[in-house]
Amino acid sequence: MSEVLTHVADNPAAPHAVSVAGADRSGRGKAVLVTVLKSALALVFGLPLLFMIVSSFKPDTQIFADLGGIRAFLPVGDIGLDNYTGVFDRVPFAQFLFNSVFISVATVVGGLVVNSMAAFVLARMRFRGQKVLLAVILATLIVPFEVMALPLLWEVNLLPYFDGVEFSQGWLDTYAVQIVPFIANAFSIFLFYQYFDTIPKELDEAAMIDGAGWFRIYRSVIMPLSGPAIATVAILTFLPAWNQYLWPLMVTQSEAVRPAMVGIDYFRQLNVSWGQLMAYASVITVPVLVLFIAFQRSFVNSIASSGVKG
Amino acid sequence: MALLMLLPASVLIITFLLVPIGLTFVLAFTNARLISPEPAQFIGVTNFVNLFSDDTFWASLRNTIIFTVVIVPVQSGAALGLAVLINSKMRGTNFFRTVYFLPVVTSMVVVSMLWLFLYQPNGLINAVLANFGIAGPDWLGNPKTALIAIILMSAWQAMGFHMVIWLSGLQTIAQELYEAAALDGASRWQQFVNVTWPGLRQTRTFILITITIAAFGLFSQVNIMTQGGPLNSTTTLVFQAVRSGFQQQQTGYASAISLVFFVLVLAVSLVQRHLTRDKEATR
Repeated sequence: MSEVLTHVADNPAAPHAVSVAGADRSGRGKAVLVTVLKSALALVFGLPLLFMIVSSFKPDTQIFADLGGIRAFLPVGDIGLDNYTGVFDRVPFAQFLFNSVFISVATVVGGLVVNSMAAFVLARMRFRGQKVLLAVILATLIVPFEVMALPLLWEVNLLPYFDGVEFSQGWLDTYAVQIVPFIANAFSIFLFYQYFDTIPKELDEAAMIDGAGWFRIYRSVIMPLSGPAIATVAILTFLPAWNQYLWPLMVTQSEAVRPAMVGIDYFRQLNVSWGQLMAYASVITVPVLVLFIAFQRSFVNSIASSGVKG
Repeated sequence: MALLMLLPASVLIITFLLVPIGLTFVLAFTNARLISPEPAQFIGVTNFVNLFSDDTFWASLRNTIIFTVVIVPVQSGAALGLAVLINSKMRGTNFFRTVYFLPVVTSMVVVSMLWLFLYQPNGLINAVLANFGIAGPDWLGNPKTALIAIILMSAWQAMGFHMVIWLSGLQTIAQELYEAAALDGASRWQQFVNVTWPGLRQTRTFILITITIAAFGLFSQVNIMTQGGPLNSTTTLVFQAVRSGFQQQQTGYASAISLVFFVLVLAVSLVQRHLTRDKEATR
């Protein structure tokens, strides 16, 4: 009954619906209203992306012709892959894509190893200054990357670079400059730290009695138990690495190392072909969307867990 | 051994996080250039004097603050609305959550390119408006609407992210509290004010701080869609810092802008921390 009452109370459409039957009807009406609202919002969030994908198969003239109506969101008319072949003709797209994948994967893998090791030391061992170290790491979280981007640009331009054979000055226009600065991540360390902290310390002691060293415990005891934390950190590292724009815009000049996000800029210049632009955008977006839908639960849990800090 | 495991992260954090933060403070008082045969020299507060007499800097500071002040309540409020809307066991919840979240996994670069087309004078949005007999403006070409257009698009992109965080906050609130409130005859709105809102205090702080800091960093959208124009109506602090530090290679001047940006972020974090701490004390 109280459930029914609350529905009546906040349904302005039926302020006097006191009979049970009336309340039921207003409750159902409200449910319909909520569903309509949710669906309208789904259109707001979904349609622009649908438009992007659909338009990538249409020539520019048809994109504009279809704009006024529902056809803008339907793959109808002169549908083809011309925009896609056009993209590959116009820019070294395969190279851009490879660069993006390579940079993102390297950042994720490097980040998983480096940050989990650091978090392991902070969470499982006891030494002086441990708390201070953790506090310093956490304090850096409020500094946005954009604050130090320009000084960092100046710094990496002076850092010695080792190409495997000899040292030279400056990291600009390399893969390394797009990967190495983003491997260690205070937030990843924090996420691992939080997770490691929940694993019983008795496991360490048992492993030590069996003669395992710290590294062995890290590798064979703790990491195998940390699947969810690894997934979270991997996702939260991958997305920004794949989406990086400001930094590669400044540090890359040659197409050999440019990632796809910066490559898209080519389409802003002379003679915009909107269809090709949509094709380019679709290729770099759809795989991530598919990954997201496939691993939805992990994605959402990662984001949610990023909110429960403090 | 322990130190060896801590070493890679320490070296990287010092080199690529602490040193650049420190450099911001040092370089801001020099005439350092990105590529220069001559070593940088200390020039005192000259960069700041120049900065404060530069109209473009004031425009970028103003736009950055307007963007932040508008987007923080709009985006967090709407995201909370979404979260409350789908925080039920009704069928289809998962579907709606997924759809609302799609723009979040789409990069800001792609979103900006896509909306650059939607916002064209003859683009999708104006075509849809025309169906209702409304003549839409030249969204990005008009100094009056350009920043609003960027705000709307940015909120659209990131809202799903904060919806998920609000949702996880909502789910920590015990169901019994709602049942008890309902028994006492509290309306849905009263339940929201007396149960939901207080229960979200921690989530709220987190969301406000993250949106604020992210908003201060506005860059990609501007660089792709407007290049700061028209008439500096969308230029931002980071956009100006990149323009001077990268395109014009004036690292010292760019560092001065970054330092202003840093002070802004620090001030907001401290104020927000102070406000939440006060509340804890009175409770």
